[in-house]
Amino acid sequence: MRVGVLAVQGAFVEHERAFADVGAETFEIRQTRDLARPFDALVLPGGESTTQGKLLKDLGLFAPLKARIEAGLPVFATCAGLILLAERLMGDPTVWFGVLPVTVQRNAYGRQLGSFAAMRAGGAGGGEGLDDRVPMAFIRAPAIVDVAPDVEILSLHGGRPTAVRWRNVWAFAGHPELTDDRQVFEAFCRR
Amino acid sequence: MAEDRQTLNRNLAQMLKGGVIMDVTTPEQAKIAQDAGACAVMALERIPADIRAAGGVSRMSDPAMIRGIQEAVTIPVMAKCRIGHVAEARILEAIEIDYIDESEVLSPADDLYHIDKAAFKVPFVCGARDLGEALRRIGEGATMIRTKGEPGTGDVVQAVRHMRKMQAEIRRIAALREDELNEAAKELAAPLDLVREVHRLGKLPVVNFAAGGVATPADAALMMELGAEGVFVGSGIFKSGDPAKRAAAIVQAVTNWQDAALLAKLSENLGPAMVGINADEIETIMEERGK
Repeated sequence: MRVGVLAVQGAFVEHERAFADVGAETFEIRQTRDLARPFDALVLPGGESTTQGKLLKDLGLFAPLKARIEAGLPVFATCAGLILLAERLMGDPTVWFGVLPVTVQRNAYGRQLGSFAAMRAGGAGGGEGLDDRVPMAFIRAPAIVDVAPDVEILSLHGGRPTAVRWRNVWAFAGHPELTDDRQVFEAFCRR
Repeated sequence: MAEDRQTLNRNLAQMLKGGVIMDVTTPEQAKIAQDAGACAVMALERIPADIRAAGGVSRMSDPAMIRGIQEAVTIPVMAKCRIGHVAEARILEAIEIDYIDESEVLSPADDLYHIDKAAFKVPFVCGARDLGEALRRIGEGATMIRTKGEPGTGDVVQAVRHMRKMQAEIRRIAALREDELNEAAKELAAPLDLVREVHRLGKLPVVNFAAGGVATPADAALMMELGAEGVFVGSGIFKSGDPAKRAAAIVQAVTNWQDAALLAKLSENLGPAMVGINADEIETIMEERGK
């Protein structure tokens, strides 16, 4: 498995480590010529979505990546990556790739003082047994406030979906790559 | 404060990596910075070049002014407090700033003690000129480090000196035997557990940005080449001829610092850079504030 990691800004190195831990090969995508290399999956890492969105456009990466995602390239997206994929942002007309039928609220938990970690792996507790199933750190995190009926929910926190799967896209409101738990990376590579 | 909070605060700095943090003095400038691709802004009343020109005592900015900037952008907002000024830091925490810069750019409030940053929930970034200084700040609870450079000069020489020194010291620590780390910690005047961590990781345990004197896309690329994980640009943007264009060019230069052909294109027709002052010709040496 060869994973192209979008490396225009943010915590891309952390994803490279996580995917290396589960035996995948990774390389960084910083400009269009990097897309000439073959890859089986794309990572959209955490960082600042406005920064990443602008760089994607300025560097000419936006259109070719959108075309590949729409053609079925598997995508693993965290935090800012989720925002880039969402069809709708609450209170904001901006749409980036717009390929994932969910509504996302940016900075849903407030500023940095609202950041938190949910590290209880394995789905203990109620909420369809999905509560915090995917351990994640939520850093100025967005929330998934609405999902289309056919979007599969993989994890919940406080009744809100924090990890979803739809067709070729896996998206996370927080950061599984900042934990030591590698289950979700293994599952993605096995898909 | 809980270990968890420190981890979350280090995590936020990780999200800023590969990005440019820009000094802004108004909501309009903050929007220009965000639109240009800044990953965060530093809200302050006067940029370092003007602080330098004005002289006198320089303090934390008016909270109303900082709030105005918080309302104008969605990216993280940082603000500066004076070295050792616990009350200014508490005020910034009360207005839910995303990161506090305990900064030598402002006049120090305490000539001996830095803030006990681990006692706060809000994260802190601090300046450092070498590894010992960086580890002392991390020991006090800083969750992000930047080189001090010499702010407000547009002269990158001090930032280069500080980054080179820090990286050389990190390489030296990484190469030592385990039984030599105690002596190294003594020499660096740094906490032993953090020296051990540097030895194990081969890098600082927190994110390390460059700051102080960065004025051009080439300056930013130079700092990335030397091992910075991102760049602060203070006076360099809004003291230049075309701030929006220069800001966007510096953002792209940080992402693709290894591509000289792209850097050449980014450096074209940016208009006048900030005039700058030679770091050897100035009277106020900010980098010496706080050891």
